[in-house]
Amino acid sequence: MPPGLPTVAVMALTTKSASRTTAGKPAAGKPAAEPARPRRYPPSLPALLWHSTVGKKTVLAVSGLIMLAYLVAHLVGNLKIFFGAEEFNDYGHWLRTLGGPVLHYEWALWLIRVVLVAAVVLHGVTAYQLSRRDIAARPVAYVHKRRRTSYATRTMRWGGVILGLFVVWHILDLTTLTVNENAQSGHPYENTVATFSTWYGNVIYITAMLALGLHLRHGFWSAVQTLGAAGPARARALKAVTDTSALLLTCGFISIPVAVMTGVVN
Amino acid sequence: MKVTLRVWRQPGPDATGGMVPYEVDGVTPEMSFLEVLDTLNERLILAGDEPVAFDHDCREGICGACGVVINGRAHGPERTTACQLHMRAFADGDVIDVEPWRASAFPVVKDLVVDRSAFDRVIGAGGYITAPTGSAPDAHATPVPKPAAETAFEHAECIGCGACVAACPNGSAMLFTAAKVVHLNTLPQGAPERESRVLDMVGQMDAEGFGGCTNTGECAVACPKGIPLTAISSLNREFLRAARKSA
Repeated sequence: MPPGLPTVAVMALTTKSASRTTAGKPAAGKPAAEPARPRRYPPSLPALLWHSTVGKKTVLAVSGLIMLAYLVAHLVGNLKIFFGAEEFNDYGHWLRTLGGPVLHYEWALWLIRVVLVAAVVLHGVTAYQLSRRDIAARPVAYVHKRRRTSYATRTMRWGGVILGLFVVWHILDLTTLTVNENAQSGHPYENTVATFSTWYGNVIYITAMLALGLHLRHGFWSAVQTLGAAGPARARALKAVTDTSALLLTCGFISIPVAVMTGVVN
Repeated sequence: MKVTLRVWRQPGPDATGGMVPYEVDGVTPEMSFLEVLDTLNERLILAGDEPVAFDHDCREGICGACGVVINGRAHGPERTTACQLHMRAFADGDVIDVEPWRASAFPVVKDLVVDRSAFDRVIGAGGYITAPTGSAPDAHATPVPKPAAETAFEHAECIGCGACVAACPNGSAMLFTAAKVVHLNTLPQGAPERESRVLDMVGQMDAEGFGGCTNTGECAVACPKGIPLTAISSLNREFLRAARKSA
């Protein structure tokens, strides 16, 4: 643009804040209210992300995708249970020597655990803060109630809480072996069979995996949308990938208690 | 036709409100929903009562002034504005709930009228381009690729009625902001402010107290102009791109 030319801000649209009302008076709004000022963006990228809803959702999405990537690896490892006790227990031992001899015994495992704990904490904190904000943005509910959104979408928050509680039980059961009766350290195959030989072990696990499937059904698609990768050309394919992966992960994880119950794995 | 309207009545911004039932007789299928409200108001005025306040202007579905939640749906059961919704969408004897947009960023002024100036401030934060004043430029002075023109026009259809906010369980203005950002950021005319536009408009949107997006898709279903849900994904992409470049 040549220098010195006057410029004007061309409004793309202004809403009708002073349109006619049937009562014959203009909708005046609240003249006393000070217009809300935008937050000054801090210069650093982490602060910029943390202080905006879109940025915070990015943290939510990335931490969720990290956990999803872990779940895929976790499922592939778990399915080795179908190849017998020796192979499964060897795999469990290999996980502890992973990265060796560069990494010390269990270093790789602890590295993964640190990343996962960070992902869980960030996922929980951002989800909590965003939920608080979302609830505050609709202070008065509609009188006419109507079921909004799909079951998977509506259960994201409480489904997430259920999954968090499940992870605590899962670690106490099969990692620390605190709540697993008849458990022996270093025998993951036998410990898994012991867990799924109890009715409550099966109920807790299968319920949690169904909750996981629902959470992923909305969560994976939502994460991709949040990261800006859900363009019009890919929208339908992305939905299909989400539904398929949620179904595969749920069925894959549930296949293990079912196999123990039916005696395929014993 | 005879219908029963249960209308949200609230005398002022700080007054308590409630649903009040009114029987409206003599309704024909050709009447628009706002004409039914007009008919009700004529009777209320004749009876010496306070008429129902509601926003409206063009009554041809292009201005975005009208908008009420009808039976829990923004603009009612059809994909259009309340002024272009006709009574043939309802049956004789129906009980119809009429409520204002509900969002903390859209405070109720009176009855069905809400203050939507939060949208104006989001536009003011970046929903414009910088252009030289004077005579109109030649039509093809700035070449615009055909796909970009199509995308920009699709998103420029937004009339700023606020149905997306009203329909969203989180009272989020993401679809509105996305429509404006995608419209202008797609065009070469919008390129100079591409980064500051998205950061400032999202910043203002957050400052107004709108909720965040949880990708429920309710907004795109309610939008009378069919702004696609993928607009929000494009807004997110623009935001992350601008954050990388500016931070």
